[in-house]
Amino acid sequence: MKIDKQSGPADGDADGASRITFRLDPASGVPTYLQLVHQVEQALRLGYLARGDQLPRVKDVVGTLAINPNTVLKAYRELEHRGIAAGRPGQGTFVRAEPATVPLAELNGLRKSLLTWLRAADSAGLDTDGMTALFTAALRDFHERRAAAGAPRGAPEQDPGQADRTA
Amino acid sequence: MNVIEAARLGRRYRTTWAVRDCTLAIPAGRVAALAGPNGAGKTTLMHMAVGLIAPTEGRVTVLGGRPAGSREALERVAFVAQDVPLYRHLPVADMMRLARVLNAGRWDQSRAERRLAAMDIPLRRKVGKLSGGQQAQVALTIALARRPELLVLDEPLAPLDPLARHEFLAAVMETAAEDGTSVLFSSHVITELERVADYLVVLARGRVQVAGDVEDLVHGHQLLTGPADGVAAIGSRFDVVHAQQGLAQAHLLVRQRTALAQSAQPPDGWQAHPVTLEEIVLAYLREPGASALPGPEPVVIS
Repeated sequence: MKIDKQSGPADGDADGASRITFRLDPASGVPTYLQLVHQVEQALRLGYLARGDQLPRVKDVVGTLAINPNTVLKAYRELEHRGIAAGRPGQGTFVRAEPATVPLAELNGLRKSLLTWLRAADSAGLDTDGMTALFTAALRDFHERRAAAGAPRGAPEQDPGQADRTA
Repeated sequence: MNVIEAARLGRRYRTTWAVRDCTLAIPAGRVAALAGPNGAGKTTLMHMAVGLIAPTEGRVTVLGGRPAGSREALERVAFVAQDVPLYRHLPVADMMRLARVLNAGRWDQSRAERRLAAMDIPLRRKVGKLSGGQQAQVALTIALARRPELLVLDEPLAPLDPLARHEFLAAVMETAAEDGTSVLFSSHVITELERVADYLVVLARGRVQVAGDVEDLVHGHQLLTGPADGVAAIGSRFDVVHAQQGLAQAHLLVRQRTALAQSAQPPDGWQAHPVTLEEIVLAYLREPGASALPGPEPVVIS
């Protein structure tokens, strides 16, 4: 029985230790499995995780967060779909690739066009809430149209983070 | 395999039906929540499933067709009743010794010892002197030491403070992850269900009102907001579970009739919003006439 190898939530021993731990934001409205997916992607961007690292084991995640094991499995499947992680039978799930990053120059260009839009919205009389609502609605339309167009679910370009940049 | 199958199950106390016409098939490997207001019949349904009381009508089997209460069923099912049935005057060590004797032949002593140690539960202290959370953990330890295939918990969270609830749920989830144990737990609190349960049964006034996969339920419902004079048109395309209506604007919690994605598109002038499991459950409880049940698939009772 493996359950007691970790004798507490802070399992510092080499066996149970994992590079990252998950946390949940119950108020975010983002489905739990997506929160886990985003946290892995973010950890990769920030360098907490690298290729070859093992993701936290399902049993450890559910033992810390008190969530349904199938939710963790779903998150890990989603990461596999996105090409970020791969399962190794009997061992766990491991990081396979870093998420594609957008070159800094391109990011700056996108930021500039967003600022132009913000100025136009401001002079049209929209306040911050109005801009956020409009952007959120447009982003949702964008996703829905893409989904309706039959883009494969979980394809990297469906990642909301990347959609932001191309919206 | 289904861990619990009920066909037209009912139980009457004198002239009152506590559970009536209950047909259910809960798949294996799930953490299933049995939700509903107090007095809805949750405990009666659980007691029939674990064989503590006999049905007045209908049948219930567990773990792939084993009659509830039969020896082969009892060996594989662990049940923790609502009042955490422990001998409060016994020290923890003696309580565990007693449980071991009572469950001879199907008792994992090392598992029990390791769980208690991991939870820092003092073995010499009397059970009645433990905190509510510790008592719940002792009861869970006894249930898990029997290595059940199906773990049934009646209102396990009700007496616990938030931290103890979290620790208790975490322990149950770990067991589900590690051993593939199927879990059925009842609760009249629905806020935490979405994180924990992947199958939901809502019982109201003794009848099953909602039963199904949590993800299917959440995807199959949405909140539509639009003009009040367009409500009738919505009713022709969606099943309206609950309506909140002003003179100009209406909010409708609706269920899709089919699984086809295009049928989920709201008509012009209406905005669709996703709903949480909690909103869905509340909507059904407000409308006792509405129900979301799996189609008339045959429930196989061998």
